[in-house]
Amino acid sequence: MLRTIWDEFIGLFVDDVGFAVSILVWVLIAGVGLPRLGLPDFVPAVLLFLGLLGILIESAMRRARKR
Amino acid sequence: MFAIDWGHGGPTMLAAFLASMVEFIEALTVVLAVGATRGWRGALGGTGLALLLLLVIVLVLGPALTRIPLDIVQLVVGTLLLLFGLRWLRKAILRAAGVIPLHDEEALFAKEVAILKGAARVTRGWDRMAVSTAFNITMVEGIEVVFIVVAMGAAGGGLLVPASIGALAALLVVVALGLALHRPVSTVPENTLKFTVGVMLSTFGTFWIGEGAGLDWPGSDWSLLGLVVGFLVGALVAVSLCRAPARVGAI
Repeated sequence: MLRTIWDEFIGLFVDDVGFAVSILVWVLIAGVGLPRLGLPDFVPAVLLFLGLLGILIESAMRRARKR
Repeated sequence: MFAIDWGHGGPTMLAAFLASMVEFIEALTVVLAVGATRGWRGALGGTGLALLLLLVIVLVLGPALTRIPLDIVQLVVGTLLLLFGLRWLRKAILRAAGVIPLHDEEALFAKEVAILKGAARVTRGWDRMAVSTAFNITMVEGIEVVFIVVAMGAAGGGLLVPASIGALAALLVVVALGLALHRPVSTVPENTLKFTVGVMLSTFGTFWIGEGAGLDWPGSDWSLLGLVVGFLVGALVAVSLCRAPARVGAI
């Protein structure tokens, strides 16, 4: 039963491994890398959002094409 | 006395309510199947035990997270919330586009009833199968509720109370529906709920990651509204884009 609960817990965050890894990598880039580029103050936050939206749309379309 | 910032508390409570509704409806379907086939004593016993354990987890984990510096909690919990929210949103997009089938509570109920009817009956004492089935489903679905409540409560900075109120309200609504209907709640537009919750959790996750990483959101807290609109419009665009390749695939 504990195994089931653990699997369910991991399943909360990871459905498609590529999708989850892409999100983590972009969060790292936008959270750590972009602020060091000397961009205007609000740009890294906006890029964080746009990157995540792009990852979501691309991943959903990739899954749809597999059908 | 503590004060709740309802500017953040309201949306947190709503997100916790909607997300918990989805999870509790799934648990209710199986608990109803257990009650109808094996008796209500075991079904309610297993459910009650799991709810008690889940409450203990919230009471232990929630306050413990508030002792960690807020920016670290926002970064870590925000990332987990983002993974969780975008996963829901992606699934809701694919369901709305017809790429994967919608969740069918009636079919799940029929399947559970068939499994439970096939097992040996118990005439005396507690029915172990009934207790364990009800306990397992309540724990499995409840863990998701606990995560949402604790994550939103901690990362929002002292929002555990509104998040808990949202989840408890959802529990009461679903229990009332179960008592009134005595059958699976199949009329609730589950995918629309998941779509909405996915947008809200992705918004909060993105916002808190930015806050935790020290990024400047344009308009400060008002950017939450912009993120909701942005994720919603993006997700709706994704639904239409996913429908096109799905149709080509079907031809």
